[in-house]
Amino acid sequence: MRNYFAIVSKELYSFFVSPIAYVVLGVFFAVSGYFFFGITTSIIERVQQMGFQSQQFGSAPPPVDVFSVITSNIFSIISTIFLLLMPLITMGVFAEEKKRGTVELLFTSPLTHLQLILGKFTAVMVFLLVMLVPTILKLCLLYFYSDPLPPLSPVLNGFLGAFLLGGSLLSLGIFASSLTESQIVAGILSFGFIIILWVVDWMAGTGSTLGNEVLRYLSIMSHYEDFTKGVLDTSHVFFYLSLIFMGLFLTSVSLNSPKWRS
Amino acid sequence: MIEAEHLTKRYGLLAAIEDVSFQVRQGEILGFLGPNGAGKTTTMRILAGFFPATQGRAVVAGYDVFEQPLEAKSRVGYLPENPPLYTEMTVDSYLRFVATIKGVASSDTPDRMEIVKDRCGLSGQGQRLIKHLSKGYRQRVGLAQALIHDPDVLILDEPTIGLDPKQIIEFRELIGSLRGEHTIILSTHILPEVSMTCDRVIIISRGRIVAVDSPQNLTSRIQGGEQIDLTVGGDTGRVKELLNAVPHVTRVTVEAAENGLSSVLVEADGQAEVRHAVARQMIHGGLDLYELKVRSVSLEDVFVELTTEEEAAEGTGREEDEPDTQREAVS
Repeated sequence: MRNYFAIVSKELYSFFVSPIAYVVLGVFFAVSGYFFFGITTSIIERVQQMGFQSQQFGSAPPPVDVFSVITSNIFSIISTIFLLLMPLITMGVFAEEKKRGTVELLFTSPLTHLQLILGKFTAVMVFLLVMLVPTILKLCLLYFYSDPLPPLSPVLNGFLGAFLLGGSLLSLGIFASSLTESQIVAGILSFGFIIILWVVDWMAGTGSTLGNEVLRYLSIMSHYEDFTKGVLDTSHVFFYLSLIFMGLFLTSVSLNSPKWRS
Repeated sequence: MIEAEHLTKRYGLLAAIEDVSFQVRQGEILGFLGPNGAGKTTTMRILAGFFPATQGRAVVAGYDVFEQPLEAKSRVGYLPENPPLYTEMTVDSYLRFVATIKGVASSDTPDRMEIVKDRCGLSGQGQRLIKHLSKGYRQRVGLAQALIHDPDVLILDEPTIGLDPKQIIEFRELIGSLRGEHTIILSTHILPEVSMTCDRVIIISRGRIVAVDSPQNLTSRIQGGEQIDLTVGGDTGRVKELLNAVPHVTRVTVEAAENGLSSVLVEADGQAEVRHAVARQMIHGGLDLYELKVRSVSLEDVFVELTTEEEAAEGTGREEDEPDTQREAVS
């Protein structure tokens, strides 16, 4: 346990002194902030228009849950930004250790691979949480200005979805990073993994054969939609958890392979 | 303390080391000598548990490195060729991290950090970022890292590479000061280093051990007898005559004679000291003795002899190793 926490804190320390972390955070905050502003203003305008129209016809305006609409849009956008940014967070996780030779320290210390991999995964998940903090603050702000108070489930589900999706991408990225000693190669590999999982259902078309069903199931985004709509479906949670497990398991296989250590 | 039994490591068809066996006793400093690419690093990585051997067994401090890796690794301090440093950390935070993953109890960590910093000449450097340190200081941090958990066994891979001559001397003294407390394996291709610090030397060439002995035994083994260089003023014939009369002298060769000075090589059978007898003979014979010195065979000669013998015996005609510029520069 001590080893695990030592790895987590070392990773976080290394993250927050490296420029990559701040660039990723900065870009993410700027882009998600821009979208938040854009989505909020356009939805409020639409709602106002609807109000004017119904006034002209002399009827009461239809009830709109502005908060939930904004939440769902925000989380959809966030997922797309994730696809582009996550590889940048994980690309150095193992590649950099190999490049610098510090992997010789880690592998000749009384550490298990489980402690090492979970420690590094936990650290990137903490980073993911930090990324999501401003979004949560903005949504809190909206929530408390809403009248009457809307249901909380869309935020909580969206947040859980973003966390699980992010975790899956990070876990695959860690695997990619364990394959090479070049950060660039690791980054490109994880982009490859992510893009394939993103578009894998496009090949499925409309058929309902087993193959098509499998392709559709593997799509990393189709499982995400329900979260943004505020629906909690355990099968989606299971999908992401197994993806995370698979990424970490493959990492451990890759670390056990003595080939790259020559 | 360390037992290597028939270690073999292959990368595909290429064997980096082949059937390497040796033992190191507790408290001994063992030098691992060989040209670049001879398999020194591979052997050390196996002993440190970085990767497994293709065949053979390595036992360190009583634990098999691959059957009981955690026990073995917690008793080994390893300094790879490039010190494994997190350059964005300060010396203190780096050492604290290493202490934790090496299993030093948190209550002992501050003390251990002070001890190793003091020992490695890093006192007062604790708050500096490693990336701002010079190569020599980074090497010290690397050694501090290997010592932090007070390991029984220290494995140092080319610890003096890239240091300036003064730092090399300091480093040797440091390693000498660890003598007795730790069992040390030290690899190098710098020969004087071995004769100065090590109790025993293993010469490895092309993945095989070609010699194991103390530096003194290795040199005398090659040398056979004693050789003395003389510079004497006087008639060459008389010089030869007088020298041949000295007991134990087996051969006298005049190598040069200029301006009445002769350079003579005197070979003796090595059973008794002949230097004083030679000197007395010259003076009593009325000759002018300008210079007398023992021609010593250096470990360098031994090394060249052994590694080239091996090559000739193998007759494989593999490519030459890259030229060893470091050796000339330092020795």
